[in-house]
Amino acid sequence: MTSTDSKTTPDAPPAYISVLRMLWRDKFAFTAAIFLLVVIFGAIFGPMLLEDVATKQNLRGRNAPIFDFSRPWVYWLGADALGRPLLARIIVASQNTIMVAAGAVFCSLTIGTCLGLIAGYTSRLPSQIIMRLADIIMSFPSLLLAVLVLYMLPPSVFNLVIVLAITRLPVYLRTARAEVLEVRERMFVQAAIVMGASGSRIVFRHILPVILPTVLTIATLDFALVVLVESSLSFLGIGIQPPEITWGLMVSQGRPYLTSAWWLSFWPGLAIVLTTLSLNLLSNWMRTALDPVQRWRLEMRRKKNG
Amino acid sequence: MADHLLEVRGLSVDFHTAQGTVHAVRDVHWYLDRGECLAILGESGSGKSVSASAIMNLIDCPPGEIVSGEILFDGRDLLKMSNEDRRQLNGKRIAMIFQDPLSHLNPVYTVGWQIEEIMTAHGTPRDQARARCLELLERVGIPEFASKVDAYPHQFSGGQRQRLMIAMALALKPDILVADEPTTALDVTVQAQILALLEELQQETGMGLLLITHDLGVVAEVADRVVVMNSGQIVETGSASDVYANPRHPYTKKLIGAVPGSGEITEPLDTGITPILEINGLTKHFGAFAALENASLTVLPGETVAVVGESGSGKSTLAKTLLRLEDATSGEALWQGRDLVTMPPKELFALRRDIQMVFQDPTQSLNPRMTVYDIVSEGFAIHPEILPKAQWKDRVRDLLDQVGLEAGHMHRYPHQFSGGQRQRIAIARALALEPKLIVCDEAVSALDVSIQAQVIDLLTDLQDRLGLSYLFIAHDLPLVRDFAHRVVVMQGGRIVEQGPVAQIFDAPRMEYTRNLMAASLHPDPAVQAERRRARLAMQEAS
Repeated sequence: MTSTDSKTTPDAPPAYISVLRMLWRDKFAFTAAIFLLVVIFGAIFGPMLLEDVATKQNLRGRNAPIFDFSRPWVYWLGADALGRPLLARIIVASQNTIMVAAGAVFCSLTIGTCLGLIAGYTSRLPSQIIMRLADIIMSFPSLLLAVLVLYMLPPSVFNLVIVLAITRLPVYLRTARAEVLEVRERMFVQAAIVMGASGSRIVFRHILPVILPTVLTIATLDFALVVLVESSLSFLGIGIQPPEITWGLMVSQGRPYLTSAWWLSFWPGLAIVLTTLSLNLLSNWMRTALDPVQRWRLEMRRKKNG
Repeated sequence: MADHLLEVRGLSVDFHTAQGTVHAVRDVHWYLDRGECLAILGESGSGKSVSASAIMNLIDCPPGEIVSGEILFDGRDLLKMSNEDRRQLNGKRIAMIFQDPLSHLNPVYTVGWQIEEIMTAHGTPRDQARARCLELLERVGIPEFASKVDAYPHQFSGGQRQRLMIAMALALKPDILVADEPTTALDVTVQAQILALLEELQQETGMGLLLITHDLGVVAEVADRVVVMNSGQIVETGSASDVYANPRHPYTKKLIGAVPGSGEITEPLDTGITPILEINGLTKHFGAFAALENASLTVLPGETVAVVGESGSGKSTLAKTLLRLEDATSGEALWQGRDLVTMPPKELFALRRDIQMVFQDPTQSLNPRMTVYDIVSEGFAIHPEILPKAQWKDRVRDLLDQVGLEAGHMHRYPHQFSGGQRQRIAIARALALEPKLIVCDEAVSALDVSIQAQVIDLLTDLQDRLGLSYLFIAHDLPLVRDFAHRVVVMQGGRIVEQGPVAQIFDAPRMEYTRNLMAASLHPDPAVQAERRRARLAMQEAS
């Protein structure tokens, strides 16, 4: 098939260069990666630099309109009901938002996938226990669970992460298990068994790489969902509490003013959408880049362009 | 010019892929007359299916592009007709059957409904369609057709499904039947029945039969004329017997030369040697179903024992049980005196090195996300006592060299290789563990004939050099005849006959073995005609 054109030279460029090159081929993914870098930068350094500005009330500037360039730059996206600059608040809020969402998604992804691998690969009993546990979590309305837990525990970023991670767990668990059940019957797994490969080798070397793209794709989709669930919890008063801020909280705080000052909800909402979209684009790129069978799609364009 | 039923003139089809334009077929000419069977013979990638796809309007454009040519059916150029007009022809005047009937039957509808749908879609009233459907099912030989008409596809066997596909294709009495590898997925005896059915139906209806195949035996059995294709071009055309007897083009010569079944029979090894593997009364039940019943056989060091049988005969179960992919219900398998079946995991782990397996489909048995180096060296990672890590690279280089692959390709992924090369990778992986016995489960049946011959040569060569034993599971009798020392014939989970190749092939004792031999197809049309007469005589006698 492609035996002549893709000659791998022994001294190919180091891995990170070829990864960056493949990223540059996909312009959408490249933009997404830049945007996410900006978000992460804002999340790390934003609160340090803009904390005071973002919390300073200015009652004369209540619901200040957008694009008023006569004011300082932090006010360019308008100000909220207490006259606090929206741009600064979005940057400051990104820290909590990213921490909660990324933390919850990461926890549910790792724990869920691990349990899914166990449930899919081991014998009946552990698999049954894990699956019934997942059923219990799924049959329990997630919001109710969150309300119950957070009623008992003090609302904090850490507790919120735990609650959100638990409620999202079954999605990864069930997907991972279903995929494992399919992949474990494939010939190359049998070939590994015949060679005497241990269970953990088969799971981590042969099965995990095949199912990883699927769960990662779910994780990026889940990111937006978690941000929104977090905002509804905060809205109910059991999530992040003012004066702490998150994007979700900002959206819900702007809700009463939607008719008079729509930008209060719009900008944080846009931040959520753009972040999720970027994650999606990046995960889409990653799925292609990680798959040796698909990778040529990213390498091809290089040849065409150059 | 004489009027042919269907004529393809100067057809060229390109596929625009990311790797550049592929010329699938170039300037292809052939014709098909009424009541005639034309076979298009070629290996995978030869473009043999492309012209049929063009006739059926099955080429996706893009990426496909019909560059030039015309397809004349009844004097009209199909390629100039509108999609709607062609839809009217498809199914009604030109029908097609495929290789894998299960994937072309919709699992959620009854077969009766699906056959009727073809007719109602072309305007037959439903009650007439029903009557015709019953008539067809009877004609293609579905037993108890009146009750089976409301059954679902999964309730039929592979051969019956192909019969259903034929019934579906014939529903509207087409002028042309295009059969794309119609028997490749079927057992030899079923294959013979289906081919016989196709021939009968052709004589009855006088339709033209276009048969696309890679199997010279199928050509010899049914085709009147044959078109041989290689890399998109027709290399030779003529009557089937003529082409076989006097091939003119080197490719045709090579193809005919590669067909197994005419080489010398290997002499059986001296039975005085202690067997390396001794299986006694091995049994495997799945619930009440006995997949393997009381199987006993021995393998000597350096010997090739072939296990032949049709699907469901238990030959794969035998391999799986032996390798402990399935646990045996009872019986023993002594490997140099130690019982594999009851062996504790620790001992089994050490023994894994001695018995390796090569699977049927190398596309599936190689992990698509690992490089060739990772695949071959995995054995060293699992059994670290074989080789220190510093020498892995050199050893992988050696192994690839041994199986005839370029060592420089070790950092490529399996999908970058052809089917035959992939099977070589799988063999290299098995050799990495320095095994004494390799179980080959239909290891070459997914490969083209010429590639098959190369892989068999490789296996023979490795046996000579390394003294390997093979347990060679196959359904292809001619192949077994050339390659094996001894043959074990299985049917319905039992071993019905075993013995040296000469004995099984020249003087089979069991009726089942004789049937199997009679059903296997010989590439020479003259021999095949002889066999057919013998088969018919046998049928009449019974």
